[in-house]
Amino acid sequence: MKQVAANMAGTVFKVLVQAGDDVTAGQDLIVLESMKMEIPFAAEGAGKVAEVKVQVGDFVNEGDILVVLEE
Amino acid sequence: MSKQADEKLYEKIDQVKQGGEPKYHAKAKEQNKLFVRDRLKMLFDDEFMVEDGLFANVMAGDLPADGVVTAIGKVNGQTVCVMANDSTVKAGSWGSRTVEKIIRIQETAEKMQVPLIYLVDSAGARITDQLEMFPGRRGAGRIFYNEVKLSGKIPQVCILFGPSAAGGAYIPAFCDIVIMVDKNASMYLGSPRMAEMVIGEKVTLEELGGARMHCSVSGCGDVLAANEEEAITAAREYLRFFPANYTQKPPVLEGKIPVSTAKDITALVPENQNAPFNVHDLIEALVDEGSFFEIKKLFAQELVTGLARLDGKPVGIIANQPRVKGGVLFVDSADKAARFITLCDAFSIPLLFLADVPGFMIGTAVERAGIIRHGAKMIAAMAEATVPKISVIVRKAYGAGLYAMASSAFEPDAVLALPGAQIAVMGPEAAVNAVYSNKIQEIEDPQERQAFIAQKRKEYQEDIDIYLLASNLIVDAIVPPAELRQELISRFSVYQGKNQLFSARKHPVYPV
Repeated sequence: MKQVAANMAGTVFKVLVQAGDDVTAGQDLIVLESMKMEIPFAAEGAGKVAEVKVQVGDFVNEGDILVVLEE
Repeated sequence: MSKQADEKLYEKIDQVKQGGEPKYHAKAKEQNKLFVRDRLKMLFDDEFMVEDGLFANVMAGDLPADGVVTAIGKVNGQTVCVMANDSTVKAGSWGSRTVEKIIRIQETAEKMQVPLIYLVDSAGARITDQLEMFPGRRGAGRIFYNEVKLSGKIPQVCILFGPSAAGGAYIPAFCDIVIMVDKNASMYLGSPRMAEMVIGEKVTLEELGGARMHCSVSGCGDVLAANEEEAITAAREYLRFFPANYTQKPPVLEGKIPVSTAKDITALVPENQNAPFNVHDLIEALVDEGSFFEIKKLFAQELVTGLARLDGKPVGIIANQPRVKGGVLFVDSADKAARFITLCDAFSIPLLFLADVPGFMIGTAVERAGIIRHGAKMIAAMAEATVPKISVIVRKAYGAGLYAMASSAFEPDAVLALPGAQIAVMGPEAAVNAVYSNKIQEIEDPQERQAFIAQKRKEYQEDIDIYLLASNLIVDAIVPPAELRQELISRFSVYQGKNQLFSARKHPVYPV
């Protein structure tokens, strides 16, 4: 299991994947909005989405888990 | 002289050059570590090498060269001084002669005004020798004193192959660049054992002070190398950008055009100010093919720093990275920038700022971490840099982010803008909210409210129109993206004769 976490505080702007999706390395999973910027979070390696922890509009803090991947 | 005496000498030389006992060589091999003399062979251009103190502590019998090789050789044709720990001799620990040898090679480098390379792999002080090597005038403290004195005078490069423990951890700390070998290199004041005994913390060496941690979290490491060969190659490549000392100009190589797969700049920079793109693509489109040498690649990635060449001439690049944290400046990125700017300025490497910055981060977390103090550090370093400096507003520069990226007030030689650039105290959305928030709240009809906001944003956009800024001489030129590389080459070539004293004084009171 690999967790993709927010590296800064912000609001969830887009959720690009759902549980069960296969993803490739570098593929964007979630986009946050913070400081008026769109901040993408990508998968480090290929895998399958086990769980999406957030919804559009959620506020997240630095360190909060966004997506859990199965490798 | 007798033939016997000759033979004895050859025998002794051979013996000392073998380093420590075979079992320690075997252990090093298991850890994928090269023997110190093989590291030197790989570092230098050829066999040429001058060595002092080979017989240091020879009377002890089991301490060949007292655990350190000090030598002079050539790297890229340039004479360099080197100190290299031998971890097969008492784990590379420092006795009194070890320390004396290190101090002497520093003195030699200073006299010759040539780069000094530290190949570190040492367990630290030999406690049994502490009186001779620790507290005195020519004790280990002198090594650090010399490093500080040499900083900015000659390039000081550290490759960390193994541990640099306790006081020894300050050798890398005072170098211009620290290259760390993944899995083997470590840097720490107190070992995991000490941490457990003294503060009750249970932690592995890798977590506490491993190479990856230092290159991505603490910022003590600049380059993470997969193995020793890669680390040595990186040091050689890095030194290609540097003059032998601060009085000379950095070496110029033959120019190359950017890599053929580089993207078109107009296409790669999104029109939408808030959308992400990868600034590495922009750097690739601007610099000579294969010339980008990134520094602190894994640390504070919202800002990219690295050395590159424009038509063969070295340049230091500081670029906001919209792909990471929106390119917002944080405590660590400001720190990273300040350090890199100082490095380039010390050795006459011109600076290129690629600005696409929404500003400095706000909120409790960064205020408590001293974002203002760290931001001040970056702005001070940038202001003080007297090398040719050009700021390119790639897309946007808002708030103090504009200042930090070498805007007009900080005497860059030029501020250039791409046609889509915006310069403002804040972006249109934030500005309209800030100025008209009461008014917006008062409008009850949602449609009417939206129309009002859209109208105000449009007016604001007109206010920060890049042609208006150029018309007011705030930017020196608006450059078509396809011509940006050539514009930079032309401008750096005319600014190279620049000679400027920033301010006459002893030194500033650093905002650190």
